[in-house]
Amino acid sequence: MLPKIPIGEWVDLIVIWAQNNLTPLFDAIVVVINFIVSSLTLILLTPPAWVIIIAALALVWFLADRKTAIGTALGLLLIYDLRIWEPSMNTLAMVISATIVALIAGIPLGIWTARNNTVHKIVMPVLDFMQTMPPFVYLIPAVFFFDIGTVPGLVATVVFAMPPAIRLTGLGIRQVPVELVEAAEAFGSTESQKLYKVQLPVAMPTIMAGVNQCIMLSLSMVVIAAMIGAGGLGSEVLRGIQRLDIPVGFEGGLAIVIIAIILDRITQSFTNKGKA
Amino acid sequence: MAKVIVENLVKIFGDNPGKALKMLEEGKSKQEILEATRCTVGVYNISFEVQEGETFVLMGLSGSGKSTLLRCLNRLIEPTDGKILIDGEEITGVDDKKLRQIRRNKLGMVFQRFALFPHRTVVDNVAYGLEVQGMEKEERLEKARRVLEVVGLKEWENSMPSQLSGGMQQRVGLARALASDPDILLMDEAFSALDPLIRKGMQDELLSLQATLNKTIIFVTHDLDEALKIGDRIALMKDGAIIQIGTSEEILTNPANEYVEKFVEDVDMSKVLTAEGVMKKPDAVVTLKDGPRQAMRRMKENGISSIFVVTRDRKLSGLVMAEDALNAVEAHQDHLDEIIIKDIPRVSPDTPLTDLIPIIAESRYPIAVVDEQNHLKGIIVRGAVLAGMVRKGDNGQDVA
Repeated sequence: MLPKIPIGEWVDLIVIWAQNNLTPLFDAIVVVINFIVSSLTLILLTPPAWVIIIAALALVWFLADRKTAIGTALGLLLIYDLRIWEPSMNTLAMVISATIVALIAGIPLGIWTARNNTVHKIVMPVLDFMQTMPPFVYLIPAVFFFDIGTVPGLVATVVFAMPPAIRLTGLGIRQVPVELVEAAEAFGSTESQKLYKVQLPVAMPTIMAGVNQCIMLSLSMVVIAAMIGAGGLGSEVLRGIQRLDIPVGFEGGLAIVIIAIILDRITQSFTNKGKA
Repeated sequence: MAKVIVENLVKIFGDNPGKALKMLEEGKSKQEILEATRCTVGVYNISFEVQEGETFVLMGLSGSGKSTLLRCLNRLIEPTDGKILIDGEEITGVDDKKLRQIRRNKLGMVFQRFALFPHRTVVDNVAYGLEVQGMEKEERLEKARRVLEVVGLKEWENSMPSQLSGGMQQRVGLARALASDPDILLMDEAFSALDPLIRKGMQDELLSLQATLNKTIIFVTHDLDEALKIGDRIALMKDGAIIQIGTSEEILTNPANEYVEKFVEDVDMSKVLTAEGVMKKPDAVVTLKDGPRQAMRRMKENGISSIFVVTRDRKLSGLVMAEDALNAVEAHQDHLDEIIIKDIPRVSPDTPLTDLIPIIAESRYPIAVVDEQNHLKGIIVRGAVLAGMVRKGDNGQDVA
């Protein structure tokens, strides 16, 4: 019989090696992520809910448009009414944190893939791999490195949500018409002037589509991450499943949908503004 | 000193330009080089000079290497071998910083598909070159507005490029290239994407702009009529090499080889040739103080039936016909005054043949070509015009 190739065992060895040797790195990640997510949670949960709702109304009105702003306020009001304000704000804080980290890492990496063909050739298959791997699989090494709780959930979320940010940033920059890049060069732009004054602005609609995707994937992963104790709305849904409690599960799910729609509309309005 | 000097420029695309270059020097064909090294020869062995204030046209069909050559001049494409000098300064081999300096101050570029930045207003597009130089906002917008005024788009400064028509967009492109007041304009098929009517308008506008700005223009086109219209000199390219360089008349009347001949065969010569091109040198003239007898003798010597009369500083006075001169001799008149015909057609040297033909058709006399001071520059007889329309190469005869 054909002997089994021990791929799983190899990965296990790598994980154990990393666990033994990369502890300082993991500790640093814990500190950073903890800082971001706990400050965000603090901001969202310290003031009374109506303050947050009015602040959201004003912010979205300013960033997007009136319709989106009113929809946002009504959605948040419904969440408050369903008595799941706290887990919702936890989830929102985690989504925003994960997105921020994913974008901080993903957008520069995307720019790099656009400017360097070798990097592009290496990164693209890795992204394919990351995107087709079932999201649950990320939870296992996350638990190994970071124990259970919010931080491993966020790490898994960041890894899962980053690919579209990288991919669409790179794609957007590569799609900038050659003549525009030539024009930038012909008028004596430095490399960074070319990037910031021409390539990034022209690629912005595509990059924003990547940001939108990144947020949506974060949201779905944050819910799954409840399985390793990340908390938030995911725990509500999980509780609904474990007890076959339909009201709890459905209301948790509805709150997730509301948050998803709000975040989607806000980022889409950016995308459209970029195109206009 | 020529403004732009290009010496033995070569551009080879591919991973092994060194080997390809060597094969090229051994005289191998492009096809052989492609098979042996997988390298494509973009342009090779290009040498030319462009004088200050000249409009130099690079013309050829697509794939002839003309756009590659143009992009080598500002090193958007890095030349493989050869030298490019601008104002005597070699720009091949300068470092990035110096290259940026040259691009910012000396070279403006206009693109085929306009290449306007879609996220910037018209005035911000025009100011781009100044912006990357680090000029203050107020100053650069002020300058950009002045240039927009020159191209007639002042009231559009706050529009986005997408709101403008093609012709207007290319005016913005031109304004952007002019904003930093470069000495040299590189124009890559600048008018090819425009409708024929708009294209013609832009050509006229470029010519009139050029009359006041006096830039050195290097203009790429595949359109022969455009090349003939705006070029002081034309370089005809094929397969990455220049086949012939010359003025439009030189290329039309004296094609270097069969390819050029074929290329130019459909050109309407009457639109391109001017009075200057078909006129004869005014060797046989008489001055006012010469008498009828002298005039007769001159006509006999030259086998002509009429002769132009000029003043001592060669200003045209009029024409004397042979029979009048003969009558005057028989009547023992000593002066030409009485028989001189003053009302004769005069044209300037740059009159196109199309305008000349009706004048010749109506006149009984040869046509005098005079400059602005009425100096006699040449003489046009009917036969010369016909000969001019039939090219030299076709009948082996000299038109003059």
